[in-house]
Amino acid sequence: MPDALRLDRVSYTYPSAQGPALHDVSLALGEGEMVVLAGGSGSGKSTLLRAACGLAPHFFGGTLAGHVRVWGRDTRDEGPGQLADAVTLVLQDPEAQTVMNGVRAEIELPLESRGMRGPALARTVEETALALGIADLLERPVRTLSGGELQRVALAAALAARPGLLLLDEPTSQLDPVAAEELLAQLRRLNEDHGTTVVLAEQRLERCLAAADRVIALEHGRVACDSTAAGFVRWAASRCPELVPPAARMMSLAGLDPLPVTVKQARSLLRRAGVAPIGAAPGEEERGSPWRRRLKRRKAPTAVLALRNVWVEWDDGSGGTVTALRGLDLELRRGETVALLGRNGAGKSTLLRVAAGIVQPARGAARAEGDVALLVQTPSDYLLHERVVEELAPDVAVAALGELGLAHLAEADPRDLSGGERQRLALGVVLAGRGIGAGAPPPVVALDEPTRGMDQQRKRELAERIQALADQDAAVIVATHDVEFAARVARRCVLLGGGRVVADGSTTEVLAGGRYFTTEVARVLGPGAAAVLPEQGAPLVRAALASAVATGREVAAL
Amino acid sequence: MSSFVPVFRPTGSALHAVRPGVAAAFALAPCVAALTFDHPGVLAAALACVVVTAAAARVGRELRRAARLAVPLALLVAAINPLVSREGLTLLARGPEVPLYGQLDLTLEAVVYGAVAALRVLVVVLAFAVCSAAVDPDDMLRGLRRVAPRSALTASLATRMVPLLARDAERLSEAYGLRAAGVGDGRLRKGAVVARALAAGGLERAMDTAAALELRGYALGTRRSGRAPRPWSADDVVFAIAATAMVAVAVGAAIAGIAAFDPYPMLRADRGPSEAAFALLLPALTVAPFALAVRRRGTLRHHGCHA
Repeated sequence: MPDALRLDRVSYTYPSAQGPALHDVSLALGEGEMVVLAGGSGSGKSTLLRAACGLAPHFFGGTLAGHVRVWGRDTRDEGPGQLADAVTLVLQDPEAQTVMNGVRAEIELPLESRGMRGPALARTVEETALALGIADLLERPVRTLSGGELQRVALAAALAARPGLLLLDEPTSQLDPVAAEELLAQLRRLNEDHGTTVVLAEQRLERCLAAADRVIALEHGRVACDSTAAGFVRWAASRCPELVPPAARMMSLAGLDPLPVTVKQARSLLRRAGVAPIGAAPGEEERGSPWRRRLKRRKAPTAVLALRNVWVEWDDGSGGTVTALRGLDLELRRGETVALLGRNGAGKSTLLRVAAGIVQPARGAARAEGDVALLVQTPSDYLLHERVVEELAPDVAVAALGELGLAHLAEADPRDLSGGERQRLALGVVLAGRGIGAGAPPPVVALDEPTRGMDQQRKRELAERIQALADQDAAVIVATHDVEFAARVARRCVLLGGGRVVADGSTTEVLAGGRYFTTEVARVLGPGAAAVLPEQGAPLVRAALASAVATGREVAAL
Repeated sequence: MSSFVPVFRPTGSALHAVRPGVAAAFALAPCVAALTFDHPGVLAAALACVVVTAAAARVGRELRRAARLAVPLALLVAAINPLVSREGLTLLARGPEVPLYGQLDLTLEAVVYGAVAALRVLVVVLAFAVCSAAVDPDDMLRGLRRVAPRSALTASLATRMVPLLARDAERLSEAYGLRAAGVGDGRLRKGAVVARALAAGGLERAMDTAAALELRGYALGTRRSGRAPRPWSADDVVFAIAATAMVAVAVGAAIAGIAAFDPYPMLRADRGPSEAAFALLLPALTVAPFALAVRRRGTLRHHGCHA
């Protein structure tokens, strides 16, 4: 049986690129393996996937050296279309990869393209839909689907021709935590029950390492690590700390070894060390006492943004009405950092748009003390000119680009920037001269999904920037699906559901003990610990370990 | 802008139930009369056909949405003709002398002909709106694939992508308003800047879509639809006959010289029984297949069958 995927000394250079995106890569994946591709932005993950399905070079052009073989078939001899029954790729943006208007037609298209017809076609469509749990969506128009549903339809269309090798390029980057969990569970089922070999490129590794048989980390287009998940975590801890998942990072900071890969392993490690369950952090009870909270509230500065009983309704395009916000109340104060969480369609973006005055509420009122700067979800929406420097006001452009680390790209076309660079430039477009480059920030800064497709390094930089804005007295509100980022950046979390605030409290109050809207560290330590970040959890683990030793409990060999 | 673009909405009407080619032909048949005749009575009848079709197919909401774009467009056409036309003898108002153009006169004939052109725009835009709302573009693609696969794909992608582009335009326009003060060179107007960004964004998305098509094997070039051929239903036949009849009546009337209309130099429109019959026949041919479908379904229910 040939390997599912075999790369022999593969180098690939995009047309008109200065250097290769993949450099002398050799690897082999066996049948039924679940492989996670890790690495920062620009490390070559997407290019590897494109080469594996033949898009590079058949679609993108460029120069390929070496051989890529899928189930023994060389991509030099067959293009992605011919290889569709052997390998397929699901891209990041589900909207751009759905071609037809109806779900059934979308799944039929690849089968019809291969000449399948009649009862066989109908049966395959039904079976594919059943396998992916989307049978109830078959008669729906694509435009009525949510992001998660759309991604599952894209997955079904990709899998309809029953390829043995499934490649996915950050398929959860636009999904909320619930939809992302569902998609990953689906991939696990495909891998375990149907024997499909899965290669998954991801930035948020904590979500998918548990299911991985193997992790391949890329750096500058080369394979830097090819190991089991445990081996990868060990490698990352020594070579690339930003790739270490939060639970493993907490254990590493606490001095425990070996580092766990999954939440289950981390819990088991703590149990064996005799330190579970972990109690509340010192001082946490005091922080949570009602009278102290009341005192704090009385001392709190006045609100710079107040939304009172805000109702927003949309025409859904087919005559119905969608209520995006239902009597929502929210206040933001100077210097606050607030994370806005919730499922797709919970009303997060609408809330920010109401705050910025783009959307007028049907009922209720939004009052802001001064400007509200809003960075919308798609940074490309701000890129309107032909040179980066033209996007910013001339008097602050140079200073702002310097502060954003984009000075060397001043003359570049904004559309040639990477995702992370676009995001930084968009932030500059919104805040140049008022917090970035010069001036003070506006009283309220709202960011809508600013970490989409960002690697850990860029997220850390963004978190620092947000903190800097808050330090300058701006209230910063960030709508995000990235709970780990929310935990790092926000002091307060607001969870929306069905257009209402369902939880509003300190980050630890809201995130500790949740099922989906929670961090990996909180999952390991449980709600009692009130810790959501590795840096918060590590002292608790250390203290619990010390206490276990002091009370004479045996610390099991770890 | 996305709120102007009608999209397919299955309502279970008789028109939705017929094969896509027939449904499209029926929805667009009034355009033949509208494009062949200048007679206001015929154009009004063609507009009535479109409105009746929309009501009977239960896509009135989509029609109203399209009207939000079509009516201003028609009004613009109606306003421009009297200003640029120098024909007509019935003077309504005498305007100023315009350099290089001459005397700006407003004539009754130019006003009426402007209204005629506006009516024609309305009929064509709204007929296509009804067609978009009542014909499943995926079925249309299947039907067209055999004869014109690339055009079929283009049409299908357009129906999928046009609403997405309209939504992009809204987002870009919003983002433009969110830029920090003093941003931009101030020379380019917002519309031009947004249009350019829209084109660039559309091209980026097109790359992903093209890659997805490549991965799905569309380039393999199979032309036949995979679905089993669908037999002609009674509704298919009736709607096809009605569409053919509308086209035949319009062409026949044109050949016979019925409903002649000359706007210039003075208004002259035929107003005889032939014109009245022609103008009534078009809506009657529109109503007939829906009425027959309702009657047939009633009969089937009476006999305990499912329509």
